[in-house]
Amino acid sequence: MTTETKAKTVLSVRGLNLYYGRAQALFDISLDVRERSVLALIGPSGSGKSTFLRSLNRMNDLVKDVRITGEVFWRGKNIYAPGVDLVEVRKKIGMVFQRPNPFPLSIYDNIAYGPRIHGIRDRRRLDEIVERSLRAAALWDEVKDRLHESALGLSGGQQQRLVIARVLAVEPEIVLMDEPTSALDPISTARIEALIDELRSRYTIVIVTHNMQQAARISDETAFFLNGRLIEHAATAELFQRPKRKETEDYITGRFG
Amino acid sequence: MEAHPLIAGRRTREGFRDRLGYAATLLSVAVILVAVAAIYLFVFSRGLATFFVNHVNVLDFLFGTEWRPTLTESEGGPKFGVLPFIVGSFIVTFFSALIAGPIGIGAAIFMTEIAPSWGRKLMQPVIEILVGIPSVVYGFTGLTLIVPFLREHAGGLGFGLLAGILVLAVMILPTVTSISVDALSAVPPEIKAGSYALGATRWQTIWRILMRASAPGFVTAVIFGMARAFGEALAVQMVIGNGKNMPTSLLEPASTITTVITMNMGNTVAGSVENNVLWSLALLLLLMSTVFIFAVRWVGRRGRLMSR
Ligand SMILES: Nc1ncnc2c1ncn2[C@@H]1O[C@H](COP(=O)(O)OP(=O)(O)O)[C@@H](O)[C@H]1O
Ligand SMILES: [Mg+2]
Repeated sequence: MTTETKAKTVLSVRGLNLYYGRAQALFDISLDVRERSVLALIGPSGSGKSTFLRSLNRMNDLVKDVRITGEVFWRGKNIYAPGVDLVEVRKKIGMVFQRPNPFPLSIYDNIAYGPRIHGIRDRRRLDEIVERSLRAAALWDEVKDRLHESALGLSGGQQQRLVIARVLAVEPEIVLMDEPTSALDPISTARIEALIDELRSRYTIVIVTHNMQQAARISDETAFFLNGRLIEHAATAELFQRPKRKETEDYITGRFG
Repeated sequence: MEAHPLIAGRRTREGFRDRLGYAATLLSVAVILVAVAAIYLFVFSRGLATFFVNHVNVLDFLFGTEWRPTLTESEGGPKFGVLPFIVGSFIVTFFSALIAGPIGIGAAIFMTEIAPSWGRKLMQPVIEILVGIPSVVYGFTGLTLIVPFLREHAGGLGFGLLAGILVLAVMILPTVTSISVDALSAVPPEIKAGSYALGATRWQTIWRILMRASAPGFVTAVIFGMARAFGEALAVQMVIGNGKNMPTSLLEPASTITTVITMNMGNTVAGSVENNVLWSLALLLLLMSTVFIFAVRWVGRRGRLMSR
């Protein structure tokens, strides 16, 4: 614990409220995310985990009629402050979605998409980035001979690793993942979990999971959400073994949700 | 709704209705099949009669450039060269699609991506209205607005290929737009989100992802537009000038396959060679429309494979 508390905070959420039209979905959330750690967000469905995750890289901006108050500090700057470079925020805080969402392009072009839109044209550099990202996502060996085939021909598990590689290609600091394994079979799930374990030494990961065993297996810290509120946030072992709040205990012992 | 066989067996009234419904729908299918078969049979038999009964040479027909159906034998006729009309048809089809394609796709992008709320609310009814306007109104408007405009600003009579192209471009615009809108709307939102989440701007997402994902749909949209342009007769006939010679410029009066048929069918006697030749032109149209249909299906199948 002592070493953990010393680690640097990369994201600091302060008093975050979010409204979909009139309905409030997040209530006064404050939470710190430590650098190079895995934070798991758990809670029953509809408790606001995805909403919270999307507010960390401003993906909620794309949803109609969303209103947000409060602050999310990243590198000491509030990402909701006026004049913030949204491209930089989304680039450095990447996101992996629940359902694998490869572009209808080749495997190569999927990975090269991010670097290309950020201005990299040089073919050799792109080749290098594609290989490095695919290796980092543990997909290189499976696809190195068919880089120019459609990414849509990959299996679901491969597609999800491709999407992770695509995020890594723009060199993010933080990777947000919204139930990345919920659409996958157990073997693919195990591979993604192993991958997350490898990535934790270089990236900060915030992962939503509906699976408490998964949270226990892969995360350093866990935050429990209920009805749009952050109920409890602690080291994972701590939260599962000695929950401080009654609601947390009820949830992890399976009394609801 | 189909009744469960067990229930249908027990309740004879339902069973009767079931059989009646089956018979009625089967009859509908039969009517359609018979109609299609009749059209094909008729067009083929009359269209081929030109060559097998009247002994017009197929090559003289397809590649001849002289159309003089009333020329007597002593004067060296009659001549049934339809190449100028085939060329006319392809020119108006190609150029009208060239104009309507980008505009229709652009409008579709505007409606779905740029201003989905008011853009769509405004444009959807406009497009439906455009689809519903009868071709004679398009032709009449073209005759009153486009032909004089061309006469003054482009030279010539105003009647000609260009006038036909412009009228057709407007006519097929709603087809191209609405199919393009469907294609764009079918792109899964997760794919767009994936692009934005990498830091892409809206334009980058539209250009590099949406356009790519919708490409098969756009091709389908343009082919449907071309099919409509190729088959349109009345509006084109009103503005194209109905010249018989091989067109050498877009400003010259010309004809298309369809306009020749509509212009001449009233003046010929059924069974005569002049009449049979028109059926041969109809056969050409029929074959072309079959080609369009297969092209659309082929693109659709490839599109599905790509987005598996
Ligand atoms: N795009 C949206 N528009 C309106 N309400 C939404 C939207 N997305 C989520 N919500 C609502 O916000 C609440 C939290 O949803 P969500 O963040 O998806 O929860 P979780 O990921 O924990 O299942 C739910 O009540 C949900 O109905
Ligand atoms: Mg969710």
